[in-house]
Amino acid sequence: LADLHGTAPKPWSPASASTEPRKIARDRIVLIMGARSQLWSIAKMSVTGGVIGVTISDRYVTVVAIKGHSMHPTMTATDSALRGDIVLAEKACLDQYKFSRGDVILFKCPSNHKEVFVKRLIGLPGEWIQLPASSEIIKVPQGHCWVEGDNAARSWDSRSFGPIPLGLINGRVTHIIWPPSKIGRVERKWPEDRIPPF
Amino acid sequence: MITLMIPKTKGKIIPIEPSSPSAAAMSRFVRRLAGIPWRQIAGEASSVGLLMAQGLCAVHVVSEHVLGVAFPRGPSMLPALNMAGDVLLTDKVSPRRGWVGPGDVVLLLSPEDPRKIVAKRVLGMEGDEVTYPVDAGNSDATKTVVVPQGHIWVQGDNIYSSNDSRQFGPVPYGLVKGKMSYRIWPPSRIGSIDSKE
Repeated sequence: LADLHGTAPKPWSPASASTEPRKIARDRIVLIMGARSQLWSIAKMSVTGGVIGVTISDRYVTVVAIKGHSMHPTMTATDSALRGDIVLAEKACLDQYKFSRGDVILFKCPSNHKEVFVKRLIGLPGEWIQLPASSEIIKVPQGHCWVEGDNAARSWDSRSFGPIPLGLINGRVTHIIWPPSKIGRVERKWPEDRIPPF
Repeated sequence: MITLMIPKTKGKIIPIEPSSPSAAAMSRFVRRLAGIPWRQIAGEASSVGLLMAQGLCAVHVVSEHVLGVAFPRGPSMLPALNMAGDVLLTDKVSPRRGWVGPGDVVLLLSPEDPRKIVAKRVLGMEGDEVTYPVDAGNSDATKTVVVPQGHIWVQGDNIYSSNDSRQFGPVPYGLVKGKMSYRIWPPSRIGSIDSKE
Protein backbone atom coordinates (compact mmCIF):
# COMPACT_ATOMS: atom_id res chain seq x y z
CA LEU A 1 0.00 0.00 0.00
CA ALA A 2 2.87 2.33 0.78
CA ASP A 3 4.22 1.92 -2.77
CA LEU A 4 0.84 2.69 -4.31
CA HIS A 5 0.16 5.81 -2.30
CA GLY A 6 3.67 7.01 -1.90
CA THR A 7 3.22 7.48 1.81
CA ALA A 8 2.18 5.12 4.54
CA PRO A 9 -1.61 5.05 4.81
CA LYS A 10 -2.90 6.85 7.88
CA PRO A 11 -4.36 4.51 10.52
CA TRP A 12 -8.14 4.89 10.84
CA SER A 13 -9.34 6.81 13.87
CA PRO A 14 -12.67 8.36 14.83
CA ALA A 15 -11.24 11.87 14.53
CA SER A 16 -10.01 11.35 10.97
CA ALA A 17 -13.30 9.68 10.04
CA SER A 18 -15.17 12.94 10.66
CA THR A 19 -12.76 15.32 8.83
CA GLU A 20 -11.90 13.23 5.75
CA PRO A 21 -15.31 13.50 4.01
CA ARG A 22 -15.37 17.24 4.72
CA LYS A 23 -11.96 17.67 3.16
CA ILE A 24 -12.99 15.66 0.13
CA ALA A 25 -16.15 17.74 -0.17
CA ARG A 26 -14.15 20.96 0.14
CA ASP A 27 -11.71 19.83 -2.51
CA ARG A 28 -14.62 18.97 -4.78
CA ILE A 29 -16.18 22.39 -4.23
CA VAL A 30 -12.86 24.05 -5.06
CA LEU A 31 -12.68 22.01 -8.27
CA ILE A 32 -16.25 22.92 -9.24
CA MET A 33 -15.65 26.59 -8.45
CA GLY A 34 -12.49 26.48 -10.50
CA ALA A 35 -14.31 24.94 -13.45
CA ARG A 36 -17.22 27.39 -13.08
CA SER A 37 -14.94 30.41 -13.00
CA GLN A 38 -13.16 29.07 -16.08
CA LEU A 39 -16.50 28.66 -17.84
CA TRP A 40 -17.41 32.17 -16.74
CA SER A 41 -14.23 33.64 -18.15
CA ILE A 42 -14.76 31.74 -21.40
CA ALA A 43 -18.31 33.11 -21.54
CA LYS A 44 -17.06 36.65 -20.88
CA MET A 45 -14.41 36.35 -23.60
CA SER A 46 -16.88 35.04 -26.16
CA VAL A 47 -19.41 37.80 -25.43
CA THR A 48 -16.68 40.43 -25.74
CA GLY A 49 -15.39 38.85 -28.94
CA GLY A 50 -18.91 38.62 -30.32
CA VAL A 51 -19.69 42.26 -29.56
CA ILE A 52 -16.44 43.47 -31.11
CA GLY A 53 -17.00 41.19 -34.11
CA VAL A 54 -20.52 42.50 -34.69
CA THR A 55 -19.30 46.10 -34.47
CA ILE A 56 -16.51 45.49 -36.97
CA SER A 57 -18.88 43.65 -39.29
CA ASP A 58 -21.42 46.48 -39.12
CA ARG A 59 -19.08 49.42 -39.56
CA TYR A 60 -15.86 48.39 -41.27
CA VAL A 61 -15.57 45.08 -43.08
CA THR A 62 -17.62 41.93 -43.36
CA VAL A 63 -17.34 38.50 -44.98
CA VAL A 64 -20.05 37.16 -47.29
CA ALA A 65 -20.50 33.84 -49.08
CA ILE A 66 -21.82 34.06 -52.64
CA LYS A 67 -24.91 31.96 -53.23
CA GLY A 68 -26.16 32.88 -56.71
CA HIS A 69 -24.88 32.73 -60.25
CA SER A 70 -25.65 36.26 -61.32
CA MET A 71 -22.07 37.49 -61.06
CA HIS A 72 -20.39 34.64 -62.94
CA PRO A 73 -17.49 34.59 -63.83
CA THR A 74 -16.38 37.34 -61.46
CA MET A 75 -17.85 35.44 -58.53
CA THR A 76 -19.30 31.98 -58.62
CA ALA A 77 -21.37 29.90 -56.30
CA THR A 78 -21.63 26.18 -56.01
CA ASP A 79 -24.28 24.14 -54.33
CA SER A 80 -22.35 23.83 -51.12
CA ALA A 81 -21.80 27.07 -49.25
CA LEU A 82 -18.29 25.98 -48.32
CA ARG A 83 -17.14 25.74 -51.90
CA GLY A 84 -18.78 28.91 -53.22
CA ASP A 85 -16.76 32.07 -53.42
CA ILE A 86 -16.27 34.07 -50.23
CA VAL A 87 -15.79 37.80 -50.52
CA LEU A 88 -14.78 40.71 -48.32
CA ALA A 89 -17.08 43.72 -48.28
CA GLU A 90 -16.28 47.11 -46.80
CA LYS A 91 -18.81 49.31 -45.02
CA ALA A 92 -16.97 52.62 -45.05
CA CYS A 93 -18.81 53.57 -48.24
CA LEU A 94 -22.08 53.70 -46.28
CA ASP A 95 -20.94 56.82 -44.50
CA GLN A 96 -21.52 59.17 -47.44
CA TYR A 97 -23.08 56.77 -49.93
CA LYS A 98 -20.51 57.78 -52.56
CA PHE A 99 -20.08 55.03 -55.11
CA SER A 100 -18.45 54.76 -58.52
CA ARG A 101 -19.73 53.22 -61.69
CA GLY A 102 -18.66 49.59 -61.91
CA ASP A 103 -18.50 48.96 -58.14
CA VAL A 104 -19.76 45.60 -56.99
CA ILE A 105 -22.23 46.16 -54.15
CA LEU A 106 -24.25 44.17 -51.64
CA PHE A 107 -27.84 45.27 -51.17
CA LYS A 108 -31.14 44.07 -49.72
CA CYS A 109 -33.60 42.80 -52.28
CA PRO A 110 -36.37 45.40 -52.75
CA SER A 111 -39.09 42.78 -52.71
CA ASN A 112 -37.76 40.72 -49.81
CA HIS A 113 -35.74 42.51 -47.15
CA LYS A 114 -34.31 39.25 -45.82
CA GLU A 115 -32.34 38.45 -49.00
CA VAL A 116 -29.05 40.10 -49.86
CA PHE A 117 -27.95 40.42 -53.48
CA VAL A 118 -24.55 41.06 -55.08
CA LYS A 119 -24.55 43.05 -58.33
CA ARG A 120 -22.54 45.63 -60.19
CA LEU A 121 -23.47 49.32 -60.05
CA ILE A 122 -24.27 50.47 -63.59
CA GLY A 123 -26.08 53.76 -63.07
CA LEU A 124 -25.56 56.38 -60.37
CA PRO A 125 -28.27 58.80 -59.18
CA GLY A 126 -29.19 61.38 -61.79
CA GLU A 127 -27.55 59.57 -64.70
CA TRP A 128 -29.20 58.65 -67.99
CA ILE A 129 -28.56 55.04 -68.91
CA GLN A 130 -29.52 52.87 -71.80
CA LEU A 131 -31.63 49.81 -71.05
CA PRO A 132 -29.68 46.87 -72.47
CA ALA A 133 -32.38 45.07 -74.40
CA SER A 134 -34.21 48.00 -75.94
CA SER A 135 -32.93 51.35 -77.09
CA GLU A 136 -34.80 53.12 -74.30
CA ILE A 137 -32.97 55.67 -72.24
CA ILE A 138 -34.08 56.22 -68.67
CA LYS A 139 -32.97 58.54 -65.90
CA VAL A 140 -31.94 57.05 -62.58
CA PRO A 141 -33.88 58.98 -59.91
CA GLN A 142 -32.16 60.86 -57.08
CA GLY A 143 -31.17 58.60 -54.21
CA HIS A 144 -31.45 55.47 -56.40
CA CYS A 145 -29.06 53.38 -58.49
CA TRP A 146 -29.24 50.87 -61.34
CA VAL A 147 -27.65 47.48 -60.73
CA GLU A 148 -26.98 44.58 -63.07
CA GLY A 149 -25.24 41.25 -62.68
CA ASP A 150 -22.23 40.30 -64.78
CA ASN A 151 -24.00 37.13 -65.92
CA ALA A 152 -26.86 38.80 -67.78
CA ALA A 153 -28.63 35.56 -68.60
CA ARG A 154 -29.03 34.46 -64.99
CA SER A 155 -29.27 37.75 -63.16
CA TRP A 156 -32.42 39.15 -61.55
CA ASP A 157 -31.58 42.79 -61.29
CA SER A 158 -32.71 46.32 -62.11
CA ARG A 159 -33.87 45.15 -65.51
CA SER A 160 -36.67 43.41 -63.61
CA PHE A 161 -37.19 45.42 -60.41
CA GLY A 162 -36.07 48.86 -61.55
CA PRO A 163 -33.69 51.25 -59.85
CA ILE A 164 -33.17 50.58 -56.14
CA PRO A 165 -32.85 53.15 -53.34
CA LEU A 166 -29.26 53.64 -52.19
CA GLY A 167 -30.48 53.04 -48.62
CA LEU A 168 -30.79 49.32 -49.39
CA ILE A 169 -27.05 49.00 -49.99
CA ASN A 170 -25.21 46.95 -47.36
CA GLY A 171 -21.61 47.31 -48.49
CA ARG A 172 -19.12 47.27 -51.34
CA VAL A 173 -17.26 44.11 -52.33
CA THR A 174 -13.53 44.72 -52.49
CA HIS A 175 -11.76 41.35 -52.44
CA ILE A 176 -12.36 37.68 -53.04
CA ILE A 177 -10.77 35.64 -50.26
CA TRP A 178 -11.78 32.09 -51.27
CA PRO A 179 -11.01 29.94 -53.27
CA PRO A 180 -7.26 30.49 -53.22
CA SER A 181 -7.10 30.53 -57.01
CA LYS A 182 -9.31 33.61 -57.11
CA ILE A 183 -7.84 35.58 -54.22
CA GLY A 184 -7.46 39.20 -55.21
CA ARG A 185 -9.17 42.54 -55.62
CA VAL A 186 -12.56 42.83 -57.26
CA GLU A 187 -11.95 45.49 -59.86
CA ARG A 188 -14.32 48.20 -60.97
CA LYS A 189 -15.37 47.05 -64.42
CA TRP A 190 -17.64 48.38 -67.11
CA PRO A 191 -19.50 45.81 -69.27
CA GLU A 192 -18.00 45.79 -72.74
CA ASP A 193 -21.07 46.26 -74.87
CA ARG A 194 -22.75 49.03 -72.86
CA ILE A 195 -22.64 52.68 -73.70
CA PRO A 196 -21.39 54.54 -70.63
CA PRO A 197 -24.02 56.80 -69.11
CA PHE A 198 -23.98 60.56 -69.40
CA MET B 1 27.35 60.49 -8.13
CA ILE B 2 25.35 60.01 -11.29
CA THR B 3 25.54 56.66 -13.05
CA LEU B 4 24.21 55.91 -16.49
CA MET B 5 24.24 52.72 -18.59
CA ILE B 6 25.77 53.43 -21.97
CA PRO B 7 25.26 50.63 -24.53
CA LYS B 8 28.40 51.38 -26.49
CA THR B 9 30.56 50.23 -23.63
CA LYS B 10 28.96 46.75 -23.72
CA GLY B 11 27.48 46.76 -20.27
CA LYS B 12 30.20 48.48 -18.35
CA ILE B 13 28.76 51.04 -16.01
CA ILE B 14 30.69 54.28 -16.30
CA PRO B 15 30.18 56.97 -13.75
CA ILE B 16 29.77 60.31 -15.43
CA GLU B 17 30.79 63.47 -13.75
CA PRO B 18 28.93 66.51 -15.07
CA SER B 19 31.42 68.79 -16.69
CA SER B 20 29.25 71.92 -17.04
CA PRO B 21 25.92 73.31 -15.74
CA SER B 22 24.08 72.55 -19.03
CA ALA B 23 25.41 69.03 -19.10
CA ALA B 24 24.23 68.68 -15.50
CA ALA B 25 20.72 69.82 -16.42
CA MET B 26 20.73 67.46 -19.39
CA SER B 27 21.74 64.46 -17.36
CA ARG B 28 19.13 65.34 -14.70
CA PHE B 29 16.47 65.44 -17.41
CA VAL B 30 17.58 62.12 -18.86
CA ARG B 31 17.58 60.61 -15.40
CA ARG B 32 14.04 61.82 -14.78
CA LEU B 33 12.96 60.39 -18.13
CA ALA B 34 14.47 57.04 -17.27
CA GLY B 35 12.72 57.14 -13.90
CA ILE B 36 9.23 57.29 -15.41
CA PRO B 37 7.70 53.81 -15.46
CA TRP B 38 7.05 53.71 -19.21
CA ARG B 39 6.16 50.06 -19.38
CA GLN B 40 3.63 50.33 -16.58
CA ILE B 41 2.04 53.38 -18.15
CA ALA B 42 1.85 51.66 -21.52
CA GLY B 43 0.27 48.61 -19.90
CA GLU B 44 -2.35 50.66 -18.08
CA ALA B 45 -3.09 52.80 -21.14
CA SER B 46 -3.61 49.77 -23.34
CA SER B 47 -5.90 48.09 -20.83
CA VAL B 48 -7.94 51.28 -20.41
CA GLY B 49 -8.02 51.66 -24.18
CA LEU B 50 -9.21 48.09 -24.59
CA LEU B 51 -11.92 48.64 -22.00
CA MET B 52 -13.07 51.79 -23.77
CA ALA B 53 -13.13 49.98 -27.12
CA GLN B 54 -15.23 47.20 -25.59
CA GLY B 55 -17.59 49.75 -24.11
CA LEU B 56 -18.02 51.59 -27.42
CA CYS B 57 -18.63 48.33 -29.25
CA ALA B 58 -21.26 47.35 -26.68
CA VAL B 59 -22.98 50.73 -27.07
CA HIS B 60 -22.95 50.29 -30.85
CA VAL B 61 -24.42 46.78 -30.71
CA VAL B 62 -27.20 47.80 -28.33
CA SER B 63 -28.15 51.00 -30.13
CA GLU B 64 -28.06 49.39 -33.58
CA HIS B 65 -29.66 46.03 -32.90
CA VAL B 66 -31.73 46.33 -29.73
CA LEU B 67 -32.87 49.74 -28.57
CA GLY B 68 -31.83 53.17 -29.77
CA VAL B 69 -32.78 56.78 -29.23
CA ALA B 70 -34.11 59.18 -31.86
CA PHE B 71 -34.59 62.95 -31.92
CA PRO B 72 -37.13 63.57 -34.70
CA ARG B 73 -37.46 67.09 -36.07
CA GLY B 74 -39.86 68.61 -38.54
CA PRO B 75 -43.58 69.23 -38.97
CA SER B 76 -44.52 66.12 -40.93
CA MET B 77 -45.70 64.07 -37.96
CA LEU B 78 -47.69 66.71 -36.07
CA PRO B 79 -49.58 66.37 -33.77
CA ALA B 80 -48.21 62.98 -32.75
CA LEU B 81 -44.59 64.23 -32.68
CA ASN B 82 -43.50 67.77 -31.87
CA MET B 83 -41.54 69.80 -34.36
CA ALA B 84 -38.44 69.53 -32.20
CA GLY B 85 -37.38 68.49 -28.74
CA ASP B 86 -38.93 65.03 -28.64
CA VAL B 87 -36.82 62.08 -27.63
CA LEU B 88 -38.14 58.69 -28.71
CA LEU B 89 -37.07 55.14 -27.99
CA THR B 90 -36.40 53.22 -31.19
CA ASP B 91 -37.00 49.51 -31.22
CA LYS B 92 -34.51 47.93 -33.64
CA VAL B 93 -35.60 44.33 -33.15
CA SER B 94 -39.11 44.64 -34.60
CA PRO B 95 -38.25 45.64 -38.18
CA ARG B 96 -35.76 42.80 -38.51
CA ARG B 97 -38.34 40.28 -37.33
CA GLY B 98 -41.08 41.79 -39.46
CA TRP B 99 -43.19 42.96 -36.50
CA VAL B 100 -44.14 46.22 -38.22
CA GLY B 101 -47.71 46.88 -39.27
CA PRO B 102 -50.10 49.65 -40.30
CA GLY B 103 -50.32 52.41 -37.71
CA ASP B 104 -46.73 52.09 -36.51
CA VAL B 105 -44.43 55.09 -36.57
CA VAL B 106 -41.15 53.99 -38.14
CA LEU B 107 -37.72 55.42 -38.84
CA LEU B 108 -36.55 54.83 -42.37
CA LEU B 109 -33.78 55.92 -44.70
CA SER B 110 -35.19 58.41 -47.17
CA PRO B 111 -35.42 56.96 -50.68
CA GLU B 112 -34.47 60.39 -52.00
CA ASP B 113 -31.28 60.74 -49.93
CA PRO B 114 -29.94 57.74 -48.02
CA ARG B 115 -28.09 59.97 -45.58
CA LYS B 116 -31.39 61.34 -44.26
CA ILE B 117 -33.44 59.42 -41.74
CA VAL B 118 -37.15 60.23 -41.69
CA ALA B 119 -39.95 59.30 -39.32
CA LYS B 120 -43.32 58.44 -40.85
CA ARG B 121 -46.37 56.34 -40.10
CA VAL B 122 -46.96 53.08 -41.97
CA LEU B 123 -50.33 53.12 -43.70
CA GLY B 124 -50.13 49.95 -45.76
CA MET B 125 -48.07 46.78 -45.99
CA GLU B 126 -47.48 44.69 -49.09
CA GLY B 127 -50.71 43.77 -50.84
CA ASP B 128 -52.79 46.41 -49.03
CA GLU B 129 -54.86 48.96 -50.91
CA VAL B 130 -54.08 52.48 -49.80
CA THR B 131 -56.29 55.49 -50.56
CA TYR B 132 -54.51 58.77 -50.17
CA PRO B 133 -55.25 62.43 -50.82
CA VAL B 134 -53.37 63.48 -53.92
CA ASP B 135 -53.20 67.19 -53.23
CA ALA B 136 -54.13 67.81 -49.61
CA GLY B 137 -55.36 71.30 -48.86
CA ASN B 138 -56.07 72.17 -52.49
CA SER B 139 -58.45 69.45 -53.60
CA ASP B 140 -60.25 66.46 -52.25
CA ALA B 141 -59.09 64.12 -54.99
CA THR B 142 -57.83 60.75 -53.79
CA LYS B 143 -56.06 57.87 -55.44
CA THR B 144 -55.93 54.20 -54.56
CA VAL B 145 -52.85 52.06 -55.04
CA VAL B 146 -51.93 48.52 -54.20
CA VAL B 147 -48.65 48.28 -52.30
CA PRO B 148 -46.20 46.00 -54.18
CA GLN B 149 -44.55 42.97 -52.63
CA GLY B 150 -41.83 43.76 -50.12
CA HIS B 151 -42.84 47.45 -49.95
CA ILE B 152 -44.71 49.65 -47.49
CA TRP B 153 -46.65 52.90 -47.84
CA VAL B 154 -45.59 55.59 -45.41
CA GLN B 155 -47.28 58.89 -44.78
CA GLY B 156 -46.75 61.69 -42.32
CA ASP B 157 -49.63 62.47 -39.95
CA ASN B 158 -49.51 66.09 -41.09
CA ILE B 159 -50.53 65.53 -44.71
CA TYR B 160 -50.31 69.23 -45.48
CA SER B 161 -46.59 69.36 -44.78
CA SER B 162 -45.09 65.96 -45.38
CA ASN B 163 -42.84 64.51 -48.06
CA ASP B 164 -43.79 60.85 -48.05
CA SER B 165 -45.03 57.99 -50.21
CA ARG B 166 -47.45 60.36 -51.91
CA GLN B 167 -44.39 61.92 -53.49
CA PHE B 168 -41.81 59.14 -53.62
CA GLY B 169 -44.08 56.11 -53.86
CA PRO B 170 -44.07 52.93 -51.80
CA VAL B 171 -40.70 52.20 -50.22
CA PRO B 172 -38.98 48.81 -49.86
CA TYR B 173 -39.32 47.35 -46.37
CA GLY B 174 -35.52 47.06 -46.21
CA LEU B 175 -35.27 50.83 -45.70
CA VAL B 176 -37.02 50.63 -42.31
CA LYS B 177 -34.47 51.04 -39.56
CA GLY B 178 -36.52 51.14 -36.39
CA LYS B 179 -39.98 51.32 -34.86
CA MET B 180 -40.74 54.20 -32.52
CA SER B 181 -43.35 53.34 -29.99
CA TYR B 182 -42.37 55.17 -26.80
CA ARG B 183 -41.58 58.77 -26.02
CA ILE B 184 -39.27 59.58 -23.11
CA TRP B 185 -39.13 63.40 -23.42
CA PRO B 186 -40.73 65.94 -22.83
CA PRO B 187 -41.96 64.74 -19.44
CA SER B 188 -45.50 65.98 -20.09
CA ARG B 189 -45.88 63.58 -23.00
CA ILE B 190 -44.01 60.53 -21.77
CA GLY B 191 -45.74 57.38 -22.93
CA SER B 192 -46.40 55.26 -25.93
CA ILE B 193 -47.14 56.78 -29.31
CA ASP B 194 -50.69 55.95 -30.36
CA SER B 195 -50.93 53.72 -33.34
CA LYS B 196 -53.77 55.08 -35.40
CA GLU B 197 -55.08 53.06 -38.26
